[in-house]
Amino acid sequence: MHPAPSLILFTVLSGLGFGLLVWLGVGLRAPTGLAAFILFGLGYGLAGVGLIAAAFHLGHPERALKAMTQWRTSWLSREAVLAAAALIIMAPHAAGSVFRATPLPVFGALGAALALATIIATAMIYAQIRAVPRWHHWSTPPVFVLAALAGGAVLAAQLTLAAWLMAGLGLAMALHWREGDRRLAASRSDVGTATGLGGLGQVRLLEPPHSGRNYLLREMVHVVGRKHAVKLRLIALGLGAVLPAALLLLPAGYAIIAFALSAHLAGMLAQRWLFFAEAEHVVGFYYGKR
Amino acid sequence: MPKPPLAELSPYVSDQIRKTTCYMCACRCGINVHLKGGKVAYIEGNRDHPVNKGVLCAKGSAGIMQHLSPARLRAPLKRVGPRGAGEFQEISWDEALQIATDWLRPLRDTAPEKLAFFTGRDQSQSFTGWWAQSFGTPNWAAHGGFCSVNMAAAGIYTMGGSFWEFGQPDWDRTKLFLLFGVAEDHDSNPIKMGLGKLKARGARVIGINPIRSGYNAIADDWVGITPGTDGLFILSLVHELLKAGRIDLQYLIRYTNAPYLVNAQQGAENGLFLRDEQGRPLVRDRRTGQAVAWDSPGIAPDLAHGVEIGGVTHLPVFRHLADRYLSSDYAPEAVAERCGIAPGRIRAIAAEIARVAFEEEITIDQPWTDFRGVRQEKMVGRPVAMHAMRGISAHSNGFQTARALHLLQILIGSVETPGGFRFKPPYPKPPEAHPRPHAGHTPGQPLDGPHLGYPLGPEHLLINDDGSPRRIDKAFSWEAPLSAHGMMHMVISNAHAGDPYEIDTLFLYMANMAWNSSMNTSAVMQMLTDQNDDGSYRIPRIIYSDAYSSEMVAFADLVLPDTTYLERHDCISLLDRPICEAEALADSIRWPVVAPDRDVRPFQSVLLELGARLKLPGMVKEDGTARFRDYADYITNHERRPGIGPLAGWRGADGTGRGRGSPNPDQIARYIEHGGFWLDHIPEEAQFFKPWNAAYQDWAVSRGIYDSVQPYLFNLYLEPLRKFQLAAEGHGHRQPPDHLRARIRAAMDPLPIWYPTFTDAETDPAQYPLHALTQRPMAHYHSWGSQNAWLRQIHGHTPLYVSGDIWAQHGFVQGDWATLTSAHGQITLPVARMAALNARTVWTWNAIAKRRGAWALDADAPEAVQSALLNHLIHELLPSRGDGLRWANSDPVTGQAAWYDLRVRIEKAPAGQRVSQPAHAAQRSPVPAPARDIAHQVKV
Amino acid sequence: MTTLPASTRNKLGLVIDLDTCVGCHACVISCKGWNTENYGAPLADMDAYGAAPEGTFLNRVHTFEITRDNAPPMVVHFPKSCLHCEDAPCVTVCPTGASYKRAEDGIVLVSETDCIGCGLCAWACPYGAREMDGAERVMKKCTLCVDRIYNENLPAEDREPACVRTCPAGARHFGDLGDPQSDVSRLVAERGGVDLMPEQGTRPVNKYLPPRARDALEAPDLASLCDPSGDQATGFLGWLDRALERL
Ligand SMILES: Nc1nc2c(c(=O)[nH]1)N[C@H]1C(S)=C(S)[C@@H](COP(=O)(O)OP(=O)(O)OC[C@H]3O[C@@H](n4cnc5c(=O)[nH]c(N)nc54)[C@H](O)[C@@H]3O)O[C@H]1N2
Ligand SMILES: Nc1nc2c(c(=O)[nH]1)N[C@H]1C(S)=C(S)[C@@H](COP(=O)(O)OP(=O)(O)OC[C@H]3O[C@@H](n4cnc5c(=O)[nH]c(N)nc54)[C@H](O)[C@@H]3O)O[C@H]1N2
Ligand code: SF4
Ligand code: SF4
Ligand code: SF4
Ligand code: SF4
Ligand code: SF4
Ligand SMILES: [Mo]
Repeated sequence: MHPAPSLILFTVLSGLGFGLLVWLGVGLRAPTGLAAFILFGLGYGLAGVGLIAAAFHLGHPERALKAMTQWRTSWLSREAVLAAAALIIMAPHAAGSVFRATPLPVFGALGAALALATIIATAMIYAQIRAVPRWHHWSTPPVFVLAALAGGAVLAAQLTLAAWLMAGLGLAMALHWREGDRRLAASRSDVGTATGLGGLGQVRLLEPPHSGRNYLLREMVHVVGRKHAVKLRLIALGLGAVLPAALLLLPAGYAIIAFALSAHLAGMLAQRWLFFAEAEHVVGFYYGKR
Repeated sequence: MPKPPLAELSPYVSDQIRKTTCYMCACRCGINVHLKGGKVAYIEGNRDHPVNKGVLCAKGSAGIMQHLSPARLRAPLKRVGPRGAGEFQEISWDEALQIATDWLRPLRDTAPEKLAFFTGRDQSQSFTGWWAQSFGTPNWAAHGGFCSVNMAAAGIYTMGGSFWEFGQPDWDRTKLFLLFGVAEDHDSNPIKMGLGKLKARGARVIGINPIRSGYNAIADDWVGITPGTDGLFILSLVHELLKAGRIDLQYLIRYTNAPYLVNAQQGAENGLFLRDEQGRPLVRDRRTGQAVAWDSPGIAPDLAHGVEIGGVTHLPVFRHLADRYLSSDYAPEAVAERCGIAPGRIRAIAAEIARVAFEEEITIDQPWTDFRGVRQEKMVGRPVAMHAMRGISAHSNGFQTARALHLLQILIGSVETPGGFRFKPPYPKPPEAHPRPHAGHTPGQPLDGPHLGYPLGPEHLLINDDGSPRRIDKAFSWEAPLSAHGMMHMVISNAHAGDPYEIDTLFLYMANMAWNSSMNTSAVMQMLTDQNDDGSYRIPRIIYSDAYSSEMVAFADLVLPDTTYLERHDCISLLDRPICEAEALADSIRWPVVAPDRDVRPFQSVLLELGARLKLPGMVKEDGTARFRDYADYITNHERRPGIGPLAGWRGADGTGRGRGSPNPDQIARYIEHGGFWLDHIPEEAQFFKPWNAAYQDWAVSRGIYDSVQPYLFNLYLEPLRKFQLAAEGHGHRQPPDHLRARIRAAMDPLPIWYPTFTDAETDPAQYPLHALTQRPMAHYHSWGSQNAWLRQIHGHTPLYVSGDIWAQHGFVQGDWATLTSAHGQITLPVARMAALNARTVWTWNAIAKRRGAWALDADAPEAVQSALLNHLIHELLPSRGDGLRWANSDPVTGQAAWYDLRVRIEKAPAGQRVSQPAHAAQRSPVPAPARDIAHQVKV
Repeated sequence: MTTLPASTRNKLGLVIDLDTCVGCHACVISCKGWNTENYGAPLADMDAYGAAPEGTFLNRVHTFEITRDNAPPMVVHFPKSCLHCEDAPCVTVCPTGASYKRAEDGIVLVSETDCIGCGLCAWACPYGAREMDGAERVMKKCTLCVDRIYNENLPAEDREPACVRTCPAGARHFGDLGDPQSDVSRLVAERGGVDLMPEQGTRPVNKYLPPRARDALEAPDLASLCDPSGDQATGFLGWLDRALERL
């Protein structure tokens, strides 16, 4: 899949934002006043920036509201509805914390649940896609959820919790990769089933339908990604989870937190880039590519 | 639950449909052009049309994009920069016509042969030929000489008609179909429709082709033959059929010259037919043992035995034939290695032909009467059909190979019989019924007759007393005696060399001769720009008519911009290359369904105006004014012979004339009313056995196809060839120059032969181990397709396809480039792997590669930077043999360009290759740069 | 509306005959032509005359090669457009309801005025049957020519998809695959029509007829064919004499 910067940014940033909001909502940290302003601002800001980034991915952002309508079947629609709901429901709690120094735990808890659901919905957008076997697996949502919660915990300065979540994230990523590498074969799709010609012999693309490129190839077939997979996995694992986990176990300090956070963010960007770039869409079979 | 959105199910389609004829290729399908607000909105096939019956190919469906092409020329152009650079000034039509008149008038008055007028994709050959004849130059032809004259000539000489577009398999009845060397062909849609019919019936298709793509991909059986060896393979099939006695003796006796006795007397008559005093060929009557005239009533012609006259035995043609092909030289084992086909497969195919022809015989309950007056109760057919094209034709042994194929068809009795191969009117038409070629020119006078024709002996050659050619292309000379379509591919190099003489003006129409229709393209571009010491050009003047910004445009001094096919009148005439079907006579028109939006004019109308300005006979009235207003006026009112004109339908003042009749002022309107075409069914009893069928012959005369009935026999043994051999043996007053004697003697064998192509014979296989071919992409027409925004996305570059062996041997990986080297040149292009390929063959698509700056494409378009023409590797001459002579890379009989004799060597191009070679300097575009993105929709 | 209908009245679709398709791309271009002029926005071509042209097409023809043990390699042309799946994942993922499957005939469509161009449906389609238009930025796909097959402005005989009408080889068939008695259903039954990627669980309506056996011509029993005795000309002459006598 094409690693679109807008989607990488969206998933990483909004994940982080909603992760932070989860912790703020459940009241693990209950800031008030300026601190609350900064933290809730960060949560709303990151989630919002992520949504704006996602809108860049749309052909018609001006119609974005229509995306709220199909929550019955569509995880993307659910994500939109949940994100909006989370932000709205959380609002009284946030406002209470900032302006009145009175958190409203009911709104907070409900908002946190919705924020968590939003993160899960984001993950399900990918996990539901059978045509991308690497994503179509239960191991996808844990990566998204743990990444969001771990990053959010760092922002919420829940360092020990964050360290454990980072460790969990590391495990989840490793698991996702290990399983992911088997998914394409497990899908049983190959050029033979794609063409129905598999029974006749070895099938190979001779000529693509057009000598030029097309949307499908640009969007769904990205062979460059897999060349860098090992390197990027190490970066993602190292920077995204192991290093922050280790740093967070050190005596706390703004510099260390900032360092841990930037390492985590860099690692997550790498992970997300790879998440798209190394995911094979079965349409590649029609183009002699994986 | 929300309701689903409603799709608009009955959108308004168009406010008008205009029915005309497609011209995205020469197949000439009927199209419905949907107009909205006077603009072309959508093009689909015309269901009533005899050619395509509603279907349309990719090119035809993309017609709208050709009509809207940014490469369309916009006004007449006068060259202002050096030739080839593409620097022009737009001028008025008045000025353009004045320039052309000023150049041509002195030529006509003093030396009409100094005008060489050649036309390419044109479908008004009878018109341009008539113009050239009127002008008085012998130097006119269309493109057939580099295209498929081997096919045309072998067919006409052997059986009075050919494959190409002049005949077709009986698609509805054939049970076994053999397709030799065809990627696409002119009968583009009909072949696909025919194959579809065979497939629907589950009939067997055998594809003989070094490459298994396109039609060959759907062939039930694929024979990946080594290029240039089909003749050998076919004669091996003949060998097997003869050996097994699976031939149609009845058919041979009735309809062919198989029983004719061949003169065995030494001397000037040797090898000619034994004739009586009236010149009638003789046959041996089995009942009396006497030699009698072939058409004597009640005889039983013998095929086995001859007659002895004065101690000399004269044997029938069939005996010569049997003796030759029963030889073990043609046994499957003897040919297998050369052809690259296992002996078992050759046997299997021969057996299948025999089985289907003789065990699945079909009959139609339709009585008919033959030319001898004998009534037959049924039409008996052998449902084996064959079709072939340039894979056979474009070799230097192509004429004889095509003859061999016709021999095979005739031996099993499957020509003009149900289930076999059928002619389309105006064919069949034996060589005798065609004209002889003419080159008699006199200043200020028309030529002494039609330019092209079918020589029946050396006496019909167009040579001077010293043996030198009379035509600039050397057609009908000893170098190519039966070059029935001229030799357009030799014109530029001969004109450049001043051999056989110098010309003044080269006038080309619709032929991209500076690029994909030339051999040795880089050198040709050089020849077109070469200057004399005084700075004048070697070829002094070049006038060119094109509709688009092609490569050739850049080399013209004067460009006459044509309309597109939707903007002009055309006539697809019976005098030319009509659209007939085996069942029916048909012709059609194009008419301006939209008006041009540029300062362009239909070329034919321009030619008529030029003719009027030059006061050419036939083009001016007595008072010296133009006879024809425009081409439409010509189509309606011109008469070739009294009562016969360009269009056969709705003739006569009342429009009831079919084929014959006086001009009808309403004729074009009637065509338009009828969907752009006219169709006249052949009567049922005349549908088959046309050369011998009295009803057909009478019908053909009534339609003006013949002036009198013309029954004839098929020429298994081709006597005119023997006449050329006799000359080579020293008989007669016209003899070939010594250096050509042996070649004429060998190549002009009156019975089909096979010999290795000249290139194969002279190539060291160690140096050039591979054959290199091009194929036509179904979705492109020669160089035109690349200006079409839709089609160019399908084929935008030219990968060189190589077999897995070659791939492995050279260590190619995906994305690599290859350098291909022939004895003449080198090209570099991307390489791709293909298994379904003759192991000794590489290939790429024809005519996709473009010169930078042409066709309104970006200079870095893939057509320019990831594509190369094989033409750069093919020379019009063979490599020097060290005998001081340069031999043409053409068939020695017809002069057909041997495109597919190419031998090459392949190497991996150095890593980092990004741009194809040769990379010619860009030409300046005479048209403005197009919009980047397009989304064409006619809004109403 | 992205909930799939529980069942559709008809199952209209295409049957594509891989034994017959010559790979001419006629269906590709006629589809392009019809849909550029009709249904919704025109199908755009970006950089149309440039170095990297990229247009929207609803139907594309791929070419595959099959290598076999002990038999010559095969080449198969493979046209592909939307298969109008019964369990169309492209529909259920759509957040806006722009993608929907018609309950009356099963045709899967995109309502272009509702589409936000998110591209998710193209991701969900295993077959690459959806393309985002470069100019209009909405999702395009085969409409099964819904604007032809019911179009009262077209003569009855033309109420079939543009690609079917144009296919010169007759390799494309259109009909109701929900009706076992229909021509297309019979063809599928006779010729063993298959689904593409059945394991993806999409239950495509369109079916593909596999190529028939290739290169199966049997070597003959030559003796049974051999009339003339022996292979010398004399033996042949004897046969010829007898045969001529029989005429
Ligand atoms: N390597 C290789 N070379 C080959 C062949 C091959 O098989 N291999 N095949 C050969 C054969 S058989 C042929 S026939 C030739 C064909 O070669 P050409 O006859 O040169 O054919 P085109 O490239 O189509 O060029 C025709 C020209 O006509 C112009 N044209 C198109 N429409 C119109 C119109 O309406 N009016 C006017 N006035 N001009 C128009 C086009 O713009 C183009 O410049 O190529 C030959 N060259
Ligand atoms: N779409 C499209 N249609 C066209 C044209 C076009 O440019 N595009 N051009 C038109 C013109 S001008 C012409 S002349 C016709 C030509 O029509 P075709 O004859 O079909 O054209 P080619 O592409 O030259 O195909 C030649 C075939 O012969 C095969 N071949 C080459 N050498 C041999 C051999 O030695 N033996 C055998 N058995 N096969 C061999 C090649 O692999 C190739 O498949 O097509 C016409 N129709
Ligand atoms: S075969 Fe195609 S391009 Fe040629 S005339 Fe027919 S529809 Fe037009
Ligand atoms: S083929 Fe693709 S686009 Fe069409 S219905 Fe099936 S999943 Fe959807
Ligand atoms: S691109 Fe359009 S049709 Fe596809 S899922 Fe998004 S909104 Fe729906
Ligand atoms: S049915 Fe219509 S939209 Fe679908 S591929 Fe065919 S022509 Fe295109
Ligand atoms: S039009 Fe028919 S034969 Fe041509 S590519 Fe399409 S399905 Fe195949
Ligand atoms: Mo040609």
